[in-house]
Amino acid sequence: MRKVNNIILETSLKVLLFIIALYSVYIFTAGHYYPGGGFIGGLMTSGAIVLLLITYDIETVAKILPINYRFLTASGLLIAIATSAGAMLFNVPFLTHVFTDVHLPVIGELSLHTATLFDLGVYFVVIGVTMTIIQTIGGDE
Amino acid sequence: MLEIIVRIALLCCSLSMLGLIYRVIKGPSTADRVIALDSIGVNLVAITALFSIVHKSTAFLDIILLIGILAFIGTVAFAKYLERGEIIENEPNR
Repeated sequence: MRKVNNIILETSLKVLLFIIALYSVYIFTAGHYYPGGGFIGGLMTSGAIVLLLITYDIETVAKILPINYRFLTASGLLIAIATSAGAMLFNVPFLTHVFTDVHLPVIGELSLHTATLFDLGVYFVVIGVTMTIIQTIGGDE
Repeated sequence: MLEIIVRIALLCCSLSMLGLIYRVIKGPSTADRVIALDSIGVNLVAITALFSIVHKSTAFLDIILLIGILAFIGTVAFAKYLERGEIIENEPNR
């Protein structure tokens, strides 16, 4: 196979990757009050990793991000189940969520909700499933 | 006044998108079709922005960045497929 020097793609990746990752984190955290949430945030994060995979290759990306995506899927499911079942410890039904207003020293007034932890599970599952599918199709051995 | 201008701009975007769809269908080579699809993505960004002006809503502004990122990733993937024959390689090539 012919060797190519795609320096324009590699240089623009260094700028774009962080913008896409930051945007996905923004859309994940804004999901309670604005359009967004765990699903689309996870898809955008895996979109950033797909851009990394297109620019480099599977081996290099496995060196950059040493993550086993099946463990990521499993831990996402575990987080979702744990936050749902944790409500049963306080004698309330399964999947009951609570929220409270917290005053943090630097950030300020913040309303924290346990549904965000459930959303974190969705986020991890979406990243894990998408990257498992893409890596399984992409690697041809 | 703004309503009329936005509607005229939407009409212009639709007309340019029709021209791009003609290029997607007719385009002699694959690269013509890829470029036309990329430009359709940019047109979709413009139409989404005008549509959010019509509806007086800021809920679509995230979609604009989303369409931009997805159009870029899709075009890069198509370009790599046309150049190398595969999108995701297994081992480094240097």
